[in-house]
Amino acid sequence: MKLHQLTGFLAWVVLFVTQSVHAEDIIMTRSVLAFPEAMLVLQESIAAHGYTVSRVQRIDVGLTGKGYQTDKYRIVFAAKLDEIRMLTERAPQLVPYLPPKISIFAEGEQTVLVTINPERYGIIADGAVDPVFFKRWESDLRSIFHDVNSAR
Amino acid sequence: MRLILGVLLTAVSLVAAAAPDGAELFGRYCAACHGDKGDGGVGVPLSLPTFLDSVDDRFLAETIRYGRPGRVMPAFDALSDAQVSAIVTYIRAWSKQPAPIYGDKPVSGDPVHGKELFASHCAACHGENGGGGKGTGVTFSRHRDLPIIAPALNNSGFLRAATDEMIRYTLQYGRPGTPMISSKEQGLSGQDVNDLVSYVRSFDGHATDTHPADPAVAATLSAESPYTLEETVENIKQAITSQNFILIRTDTLEHGLVKEGEENPRQVILHFCNFNFLYEALAVDPRVGMFLPCLVAVTEQAGKVTVSTIDPQYLSQLFNNVELDEYCKRMRGVYQSIIEEATL
Ligand code: HEC
Ligand code: HEC
Repeated sequence: MKLHQLTGFLAWVVLFVTQSVHAEDIIMTRSVLAFPEAMLVLQESIAAHGYTVSRVQRIDVGLTGKGYQTDKYRIVFAAKLDEIRMLTERAPQLVPYLPPKISIFAEGEQTVLVTINPERYGIIADGAVDPVFFKRWESDLRSIFHDVNSAR
Repeated sequence: MRLILGVLLTAVSLVAAAAPDGAELFGRYCAACHGDKGDGGVGVPLSLPTFLDSVDDRFLAETIRYGRPGRVMPAFDALSDAQVSAIVTYIRAWSKQPAPIYGDKPVSGDPVHGKELFASHCAACHGENGGGGKGTGVTFSRHRDLPIIAPALNNSGFLRAATDEMIRYTLQYGRPGTPMISSKEQGLSGQDVNDLVSYVRSFDGHATDTHPADPAVAATLSAESPYTLEETVENIKQAITSQNFILIRTDTLEHGLVKEGEENPRQVILHFCNFNFLYEALAVDPRVGMFLPCLVAVTEQAGKVTVSTIDPQYLSQLFNNVELDEYCKRMRGVYQSIIEEATL
């Protein structure tokens, strides 16, 4: 990361910390990039944050294959193996929510990303996992979304 | 490290000192749905001059505060007044005209006649009881009935933010550039307009837009299976087909995270879909990907085989979308049947 990028990111983190008093259940962002470019930035940022993309589900391909019209719509699954093992062990009620996913879809010339705030998984885990874990996960996700949002 | 700390402190003091930045706030809280230039998406367009010239700043501010319960638009109740007004100023600047100013005087009319007119002139777009069109926002990439979906009028957030005068103006002039046409184009008289306004106002206090979160709904549906893991997986495959869904594939939970063959084989995920159902749900809320793909997990831990799925009704509570709630209720039924069938 170059210095100006770092400064930008830190300023953004501060903004986020000072402004998000209210927990959002759904985290969304928009990229001015077209779908293929936004997808590339997303996958690179996921990897740069130490997560593995385990699968990309091509919802649009399934739909168009059945004769329905739709623009690009994919679901990106990403996780860290040790974290998945820890979560399924301690909070089995989270199993059907794992691995966590990000929806990414084209909206005209731009791209929209949606995910569930990991804080919600903390609520579902109901104390079985340290809440700090979900906070860190949330901040990683926000940082990934920031990368996609600010990429030009 | 000291450098980073310095930068951080500077950033803190900058943020603390500066007045809220409307553009920044809009980008952070609104652009994902309304577009970075306000041209719409999951949300309706905000930058159209015919929209901005028909609403006062109070309408904008109160819409931000109260949102549109059950219609995707969140309530931003944690923003400060200064932040809300910075966003309003930012949005307002998309029009060259000054903001209109409306009084609080109620419009008097005949709501009974208004109701008849609504059924013949408005319900096709705004829904039978003013609950809004199917889906929300703008048509970009997926099928919609209209280029812009008509907002809900029978909605506590709308009714709180809108004055009678604003509603009357909107009916009189319409919103050129959107499907909302003027009363003149609709062949309605001045009295008809007043009757319609009083009918819309009569929704006040009757809006049925929110389901309060149901504490009885848990995050997951699950059941213990009396069969072995392998048998249970086979049972689920059959149950999926009997529910008219297509099995897409069977995987381990750890697939793709670790070398093939090293995954935990006692955590199996069955992915399935019904494309017609999915297509309809996408029109109602493009964020529906968060429910996909439909899956059932079969896990074995300490000799106990468990079948589990997400509870779509639980997840739906996060989306502020009553239409989506209906789809999720149906989907919940499907999941329950599959689990029951497979573990009977
Ligand atoms: C052809 C579809 C259509 C018809 C018919 C129609 N509307 Fe609309 N209406 C819309 C759309 C679309 C919008 C949103 C316009 C925009 O994006 O600013 C709208 C906006 C409105 C608004 C402003 C809502 C808001 O949240 O700002 C009101 C009030 C309204 N309509 C009332 C009516 C009434 C009353 C009638 C019947 C006389 C009617 N409309 C007929 C499509 C329609
Ligand atoms: C999750 C998506 C989403 C987000 C985030 C969102 N909105 Fe909305 N907004 C909507 C939808 C959808 C509607 C239309 C509701 C309907 O159809 O009944 C709407 C309606 C509105 C309206 C009323 C438009 C009209 O024609 O009367 C305004 C004003 C508005 N939003 C402003 C904002 C602002 C400002 C922000 C950021 C602080 C914001 N919205 C964030 C989805 C969103």
